[in-house]
Amino acid sequence: MPETPPAVQLQNISRHYQMGQTRVRAVDDVSLTVGSGEFLALLGSSGSGKSTLLNLMAGLDRPTSGSIVADGANLAQLSSLELARYRRNTVGMIFQSFNLLPRMTLEENVELPLRLAEVDRSERPARVREALERVRLTHRIGHRPSELSGGEQQRVAIARALVNRPRILLADEPTGNLDSTTGETILNLLREVQSHLGMTIVMVTHERFLAERFADRLATMGDGKLLSTSSAPKVVAQ
Amino acid sequence: MKARDLTDLAIRNLREAILRNALTTLGVAVGVASLVAMLSLGVGLQQLASKRLSQSGLFDTIFVTPKNSFRGMGRPQPRDVESDKPPRPLDEDVRREFEKLPNVIEVYPQIRFFTEVRFDNKPYSTVVAGMPESSRNSGAFDGMQGNFFSSPSANEAILQMEFAKDLSDQPPSLVGRDVVLRYAERQASAGAGADPFSGGGFSVVPKELKLKIIGIVETEPAAGYGGYGNARLLIPLQTATTLRAAQVNDLRDIVRGDSSDKLSYSSLSVRAKSPSQVEALEASIKKMGFNAFSLLDASKSLRTFFSVFDLLLGIFGSLALAVATLGIINTLVMAILERRREIGVLKALGAADSDVQQLFFVEAGVMGLLGGVFGVTFGWLLGRAITFGTNVYLKRQSLNPIDLSSVPWWLVITALIFAVLVSLGAGLYPASRAAKLNPVDALRYE
Repeated sequence: MPETPPAVQLQNISRHYQMGQTRVRAVDDVSLTVGSGEFLALLGSSGSGKSTLLNLMAGLDRPTSGSIVADGANLAQLSSLELARYRRNTVGMIFQSFNLLPRMTLEENVELPLRLAEVDRSERPARVREALERVRLTHRIGHRPSELSGGEQQRVAIARALVNRPRILLADEPTGNLDSTTGETILNLLREVQSHLGMTIVMVTHERFLAERFADRLATMGDGKLLSTSSAPKVVAQ
Repeated sequence: MKARDLTDLAIRNLREAILRNALTTLGVAVGVASLVAMLSLGVGLQQLASKRLSQSGLFDTIFVTPKNSFRGMGRPQPRDVESDKPPRPLDEDVRREFEKLPNVIEVYPQIRFFTEVRFDNKPYSTVVAGMPESSRNSGAFDGMQGNFFSSPSANEAILQMEFAKDLSDQPPSLVGRDVVLRYAERQASAGAGADPFSGGGFSVVPKELKLKIIGIVETEPAAGYGGYGNARLLIPLQTATTLRAAQVNDLRDIVRGDSSDKLSYSSLSVRAKSPSQVEALEASIKKMGFNAFSLLDASKSLRTFFSVFDLLLGIFGSLALAVATLGIINTLVMAILERRREIGVLKALGAADSDVQQLFFVEAGVMGLLGGVFGVTFGWLLGRAITFGTNVYLKRQSLNPIDLSSVPWWLVITALIFAVLVSLGAGLYPASRAAKLNPVDALRYE
């Protein structure tokens, strides 16, 4: 049986910034492989470089050196148009602050990636409904984000990230703005998505307990470096 | 992103900050309105001048005389060197040949003669001119008092206003009254055959014809180049022809002994469909062996003058539009600052730089288009208002109303295209700035 290629492979990745006279090493020589269908949690304190690493995997930022191979291409060498296509088709992103467009309804927010991907108009309503069904929010389809709770908004963001059927889901502190119960609901949902759709999930978090409970593997970062990777001990919720 | 989705998103964004965008659009509208109003005045004035000039028959008419004409003002006439044939007279056959030339509307003889008119038993010297039936619809008699000739051969007269004032202090009261035209009829002399226009000499016999005054016209419509002076009494051309009034060239023909057997005209007026066709037509007529004159050069100068005039008006009108473009730039730059995070989200979801750029472009274009539509409407209204005001003034001065402004279709379409292009130009900088936003920075922006 042929071995499945990794979803994302980072090879000696560095991302340095120049801030005045100081050179900031946000990510420093990180090598990491994320297996296909794996749920990886990136842990670390504030400023450890985990979000920067996630942005590099998302194709939102370019490394100073090293290579990121995803979907058979080295992101470091893609043009900005090719990177946009990669963000559109290969990855879906969710954020701590949800980042829904406030003047659009849930339907319109979820439809947005389909517009960008130039999906036929006739096909869009079914795709939007399918994505909202997956996060169990079809009954709020005509509402605006401000009419929803934080947890519901994050569920809409997950639906938006899934609507283009990407293979990798990147989550930047998805529970950071939620209470613990709602956070758990969201992570249960991510786990469900992972198992049902076979998606690869990379989640940045600083909540070790949740990461251990839901992720397959933990990668810990500190000062821009990858400190350790380990399989998550499955903790059963009390 | 597809055009429909882009437009949809752009309109949604514009509605979001409706007051600011409406004010910016209003700025564009004011700019376009000033441009349209200025140019509509330029076009209106040009049309007014062209109409008056075309009514005068100056620019679409070619005056043709025979090569042996008296009208050379003393210049030696270029003889047909290659063939030493005598020059062709302007007879009926030639007139028909001219009629068959391309782009010719009509060909008619110029009949004008000095004579005496008696009114209330007082003599008045004047020039009488025959008017072709076509002048009824040429606009030459627009605004006249009374009516045009009831038939092409009616014994009726239309007076020129100055002449009418000579006849009476109350010119309008002249309509319906009679004048007596005294003229010299050319008759064949005894033994020279029945046709007085055949060779062999003729007699000049004084005659009288009673004419009914049916109208008064402000300016003489037939004061075309080649006349013997301003005609002040106009009669139907057919009536003028049947008078067989002796004309200036008759004596010359007798002296030169080259009066032919057939009726010949001293000059013919050939009217072209438009002034642009005059040049080619004039060349064809000259090739046929006649003298031909037109005032084409004067017409060209006039067109040049109005082109420059319109250009200047356009430049002044565009100043307001230039200010409006600054408004668009300001609005869109503000929008980038406000929507920084949204741009980051769009990019995270897969929007290419070009998608973001196009989105801002379409927003600028929509403002330009809406501003253009409102601007053209305002400009048209402004033009109408200026025309109305001018006509109120003219009416107080007892002058005829004029159509001072004109908004032709080409101006509407050009103004709309110009407004959109200028707005897109204004959107260039904000759109490229938005497209270049770093998505990571944009997403971090609170």
